[in-house]
Amino acid sequence: MSLPIPPILSYALRRLFQAVPVIILIMIGTFLLLKLAPGDTVDALVGDMGGADAAFIERLRAEYGLDQSVWVQLWRYMAKLAMFDFGWSFVYEQPVSRILLDRLGTTLLLMATSLSMAFTIGIVLGAIAARRAYSLTDNLISTLGLIFYATPSFFLSLMMILLFSVKLGWLPVGGIKTITGFYTGWDHVADVARHLIMPTAALSLIYLSFYLRLMRASVLEVAELDYVRTARAKGAGETRLMVHHIMRNALLPVVTLLGLQFSTVLGGSVVVETIFTLPGLGQLAYQSVIQRDMNTLMGIIFLCSIIVVVVNFLTDLLYARLDSRIQLK
Amino acid sequence: MTKTLSILYAAAAGCIGLGLAANPLLAQEEVKKGGTAIIHMVSEQRILNPALRASTGVYEISGKIIEPLIDKSYDGYVPVLATEWATSEDGKKITLKLREGVKWHDGEAFACDDVAFTAIEMWKGLLNYSSALQANLESVDCPDPHTAVFNYSEPMPLELFVAAMPDLGHPVPKHLYEGTDILKNEYNTAPVGTGPFKFVEYERGQYVMAERNEDYWRDGYPYLDRIVWRFIADKSAAGAALEAGEVHESGFIGVSMADVERLSTDDRFDVGTKGYENNVAHSTVEFNHRNPILADVNVRRAIHHGLDIDFAIKTIMRGFAKPGRGPVPSVGGANYTDDVRTYPYDVELAKKMLDDAGYPVKDDGFRFKLRHRPAPWGEYTQLWGEYFAQAMRVIEIDVELLNNDAPGFLNGVYRDHDFDTANGWHQFRSDPAVSTMVWLRSGLPEGSPWTNQFGWKNEEIDELIDAAASELDVEKRAEMYHEIQRRAMEELPVIFAIEHPFISVTNKKLKNHHNTPRWNSSSWYDLWLDE
Repeated sequence: MSLPIPPILSYALRRLFQAVPVIILIMIGTFLLLKLAPGDTVDALVGDMGGADAAFIERLRAEYGLDQSVWVQLWRYMAKLAMFDFGWSFVYEQPVSRILLDRLGTTLLLMATSLSMAFTIGIVLGAIAARRAYSLTDNLISTLGLIFYATPSFFLSLMMILLFSVKLGWLPVGGIKTITGFYTGWDHVADVARHLIMPTAALSLIYLSFYLRLMRASVLEVAELDYVRTARAKGAGETRLMVHHIMRNALLPVVTLLGLQFSTVLGGSVVVETIFTLPGLGQLAYQSVIQRDMNTLMGIIFLCSIIVVVVNFLTDLLYARLDSRIQLK
Repeated sequence: MTKTLSILYAAAAGCIGLGLAANPLLAQEEVKKGGTAIIHMVSEQRILNPALRASTGVYEISGKIIEPLIDKSYDGYVPVLATEWATSEDGKKITLKLREGVKWHDGEAFACDDVAFTAIEMWKGLLNYSSALQANLESVDCPDPHTAVFNYSEPMPLELFVAAMPDLGHPVPKHLYEGTDILKNEYNTAPVGTGPFKFVEYERGQYVMAERNEDYWRDGYPYLDRIVWRFIADKSAAGAALEAGEVHESGFIGVSMADVERLSTDDRFDVGTKGYENNVAHSTVEFNHRNPILADVNVRRAIHHGLDIDFAIKTIMRGFAKPGRGPVPSVGGANYTDDVRTYPYDVELAKKMLDDAGYPVKDDGFRFKLRHRPAPWGEYTQLWGEYFAQAMRVIEIDVELLNNDAPGFLNGVYRDHDFDTANGWHQFRSDPAVSTMVWLRSGLPEGSPWTNQFGWKNEEIDELIDAAASELDVEKRAEMYHEIQRRAMEELPVIFAIEHPFISVTNKKLKNHHNTPRWNSSSWYDLWLDE
């Protein structure tokens, strides 16, 4: 007699099987697209070196396996990837898996703090704006949201650096820690937190405006529904109405957006990490593109694909939790 | 019998004296020991071994850790790990006396074996630029631990050998490399040298740190406790880091030209080109001579007349440059001459020359169209490309700009020859034979970047280049390079339009900075921090 599989486990396994071909297609597509770009790792290395003779260039190309056809290179890469071997970075002279592990923590920290801040402040401001729709408060919040939305993150980053680092001297210009501080324990945590303030703010403000706008619209829509009117008629207070009846349901589209935006936040981290010199996947992706570091770039894309798949899975779970009508099958 | 061209220096005292002479402030200010100098760098470095990579980015870090045999001061070439150098009458044997009592950072003694191993295994076979320079090197003998004899199959001018050493003469410890895969050796990114600073760590994406070498062979040096090189890719952020006091120096035009100009009026900083005399570069215009229009020398001359070099120097380089006079820059010493044909800005003359060459203005308002590739080597190179396009339109030549990243540019110009004109910059390295003549020599392997892949061939120039590379008579050799310069400016295979050193922005708290002609690449043993 076999044990029944819990619905959530069954759901998770099905999603996993669906994810595998998606990720394989992403990797093949990305590999071929990158190969379409002119030049390869050796060209980038030679450019960085300031020149080299042709024999030296051919030797490097043979050593890196770049003298083989694209299909042979693709087959070799995918065969290794199946064993979770991301290969060797000829730019960093390290296994790609080690480089990714070194950088993953910073990016996850930046994304987690940025999205948490954007999501929390966004839904609170969105709810306030909706409850006071068309008032001065609403106009103020909505205008601020539009300004954040319209301001490119690189500009915001540089302006914050100018104000808080150069003029006021309150915060460090960049990096993840004070290099010569040699801090340990809680001092180290506080030092890292201090370095994350501006990057987090720069990355979160643009997303904050998304959540704010969507939450405002969603609250306005839900507040007009029959069950809210019924609850109000039954004597529910405005605070209870807002927290238990309106916000819970108004959150559904915002949560969907949260899952979808995880990948775009990864994209945004490229700019923010580069300006603030944060040693994360975004900065690594930028450098890898410039240096045609195929293996590292493919590793980053693989990792990001996995993260997006997992986050969307978690979003679906949260969706079911927020709305009891949704069943995981 | 040998012809000794250099006298043994009283090394330590002599070098200290040179430092004092270079910076009179040192004589007035009391040196403070300790502190950490934080230096900005735009790009990370793949490896930190100057015996495998001839690149200013590599020297900027590893030059403090791994020393060359010979360095360059404002008074000429000075001994570092080699104390004396001489050549045989036939120029096929160069003998170096090596400094005694020097230890690698791991405690092993530095000796001739290290020099011989590095020269044969790396300088000759693996080091870019050096592999061509040392092509005729047959062996290096070690008659005793502190004498190295370089044996060549063809004469090697001592001046050329010595001039190449500051960039292409860094020995590494044989005992850490022998029997290993040299290109993948772990010490390529964790260098062990004899220099004033010892490698501590390389945090990828963040910084490299080196600390004082307590056993350094120059007594009393270095002054600093450590040096940190911070990687900041965004030039605006780097400018802000300088202003916030988070970094002390940014070299090789590491901040935007607008910031260079702005910070040059800030009392906290020294801004200038001093210390780059050995790193002078030319901003170029390169022609694809396979294009029959550009194969006409009169068209090339007309294009040169159509470029307002003074305007470009003022607006793009903010005045930190001067007009080029051919492949050898004005810092090229005896090998340089300014007795060459020049091309003053003259739009009407340029138009007339193009008319006379058979390219009148057509119905669309242009004479012909050029596909131009600007090199992606930074802000001013891009601007120079954009200026070229604008200037050509004034003389009725249409220009389509083809922008690429580095690999795309290198392939497009040097491998696929898919361009009509291109622009970039090229760095002079002490002697014309090291890396400059490859811009004019024909018959070089297909696809080699920064070489003559332009389809231009002149047999007389080829012969002159080959003869100069092995000419032992200094005056005759210089005259050959003068002739090459004159011919290059007559025929304009490449326009060496603007000669410019690099620019540094340095916090004045750093003392003894930029006191040698290749300062950012040198060892900084006498650098100190006033804070």
